[in-house]
Amino acid sequence: MLNQKDILSTIEMIDQQHLDIRTITMGISLLSCCDPDPARACEKIYEKIARSAERLVRTGEDIEREFGIPIVNKRISVTPMALVAGASETEDYVPFALALDRAAKTCGVNFIGGYSALVQKGMTAADGKLIRSIPEALARTELVCSSVNVGSTKAGINMDAVALMGRIIKATADATADRDGLGCAKLVVFCNAVEDNPFMAGAFHGVGEAERVINVGVSGPGVVYHALQSVKGQPFDVVAETVKKTAFRVTRMGQLVAQEASRRLDTPFGIVDLSLAPTPAIGDSVARILEEMGLETCGTHGTTAALALLNDAVKKGGVMASSSVGGLSGAFIPVSEDEGMIAAARAGTLCLDKLEAMTCVCSVGLDMIAVPGDTPAETISAIIADEAAIGMVNCKTTAVRLLPAPGKTVGDTIEMGGLLGSAPVMPVHPESSANFIARGGRIPAPMHSLKN
Amino acid sequence: MNAIVTVVGQDRVGIIAAVCTKLAGYHVNILDISQTILQGSFTMVMAVDVGGASAPFGELQSALAALGEEMGLSIRIQREEIFNAMHTI
Repeated sequence: MLNQKDILSTIEMIDQQHLDIRTITMGISLLSCCDPDPARACEKIYEKIARSAERLVRTGEDIEREFGIPIVNKRISVTPMALVAGASETEDYVPFALALDRAAKTCGVNFIGGYSALVQKGMTAADGKLIRSIPEALARTELVCSSVNVGSTKAGINMDAVALMGRIIKATADATADRDGLGCAKLVVFCNAVEDNPFMAGAFHGVGEAERVINVGVSGPGVVYHALQSVKGQPFDVVAETVKKTAFRVTRMGQLVAQEASRRLDTPFGIVDLSLAPTPAIGDSVARILEEMGLETCGTHGTTAALALLNDAVKKGGVMASSSVGGLSGAFIPVSEDEGMIAAARAGTLCLDKLEAMTCVCSVGLDMIAVPGDTPAETISAIIADEAAIGMVNCKTTAVRLLPAPGKTVGDTIEMGGLLGSAPVMPVHPESSANFIARGGRIPAPMHSLKN
Repeated sequence: MNAIVTVVGQDRVGIIAAVCTKLAGYHVNILDISQTILQGSFTMVMAVDVGGASAPFGELQSALAALGEEMGLSIRIQREEIFNAMHTI
């Protein structure tokens, strides 16, 4: 039976602690859109997305109103485009990105993900064409997000792809130099990419997925932060229990919204992603949760342990609250999108090396980090290789989303606005990794990939 | 279909009367009311049945929010499932 205290606590979470559903993402398979004629394929892609997601935004808004819970984003993910465009006889894949952008605008969603290629073991001709088109595709579209999977625990790391992605990230920044290299905020390089991730920029609709599916990403750093304020000074067992209870509540709400959206849109429910996703708003920060555990500033000694506890407790609390958990599910640490991370980076406490250590225990990786515009492509590739190695060996997803802002250097800040926030430019090591990256080839999969 | 109406704000004469009159005008049946003064703030929670309501949920919501604005209160109506999901197993 409901009591007044519970009802008011929910309202306080929504009003004052930024509790929201971060995204309802509809995954749509585009495999049926393959066509030898690229113009015809683009037309099929546009039509299928516009038809499938016609009611997505309106339904999201209805649910938002009836349940009184904000649903911040409505998004679409599609089959990795290299698989679809590969059937067409063309060298130029940019029209496929334009078709996605046009469809996303028609549906009224705020991002569409899946301009992607999966090249962890090798690269097809289509994968190569798609990757080389990314800079132009992201410069000429507004809503399209791109991802490339360069490694996996099973396949190892494709170092040719890693080398190429360093150059592609630089080219993407240059192609959007007039907007501080904003294109790079829509491009993520993965190891162990997941097929049902609802969060951008890395969302795509995997080939093992159904025709259409609804995935939901919850949020709630503010709620966890608030809950931890009531257990100041108590042992970590109490901290973990408190996070678990909070994550359970937040996830139950996500499950309810996911089921309701699935029913109304007549689309199967896929997963709830249990990620703690911060925003630049005050009081909605993962860094502040870590500081609430007793750290003076995020990034100091103890940060990795605090994040490990948080990430694990979020999963344990959430997993019982949903019939199907998936996606990335953990704590995100995007620097530019987290007010506490921005402050810690500005103070110089949070550096790239510490962030790399933190990615060993969090759900994704080096995310939304501004680096100097003159960072060599090989250095970016080497950062990707390090991150992919962490993912490969630890059987987890890792990702890199770096922003080498043209003309900017350490001490500058790049402003992206909205949920993307602002990022202080962080230093990278000046010593060269060029000879390392020039080797190419493949880093073999680790011994423990041989599980059969 | 049941929903929860919450009213929070500065106490004054006629809050319950005004909210109940508004709900009655839309044929919304009140199932339960609890009201208290919490840290100096008027706080009322009502369980209501909107199954027989004469207007769509969105319209009812706007009408209550407008009444709240008029009286300097925060009035919201939300479907009951959200609270059940978060607080009961």
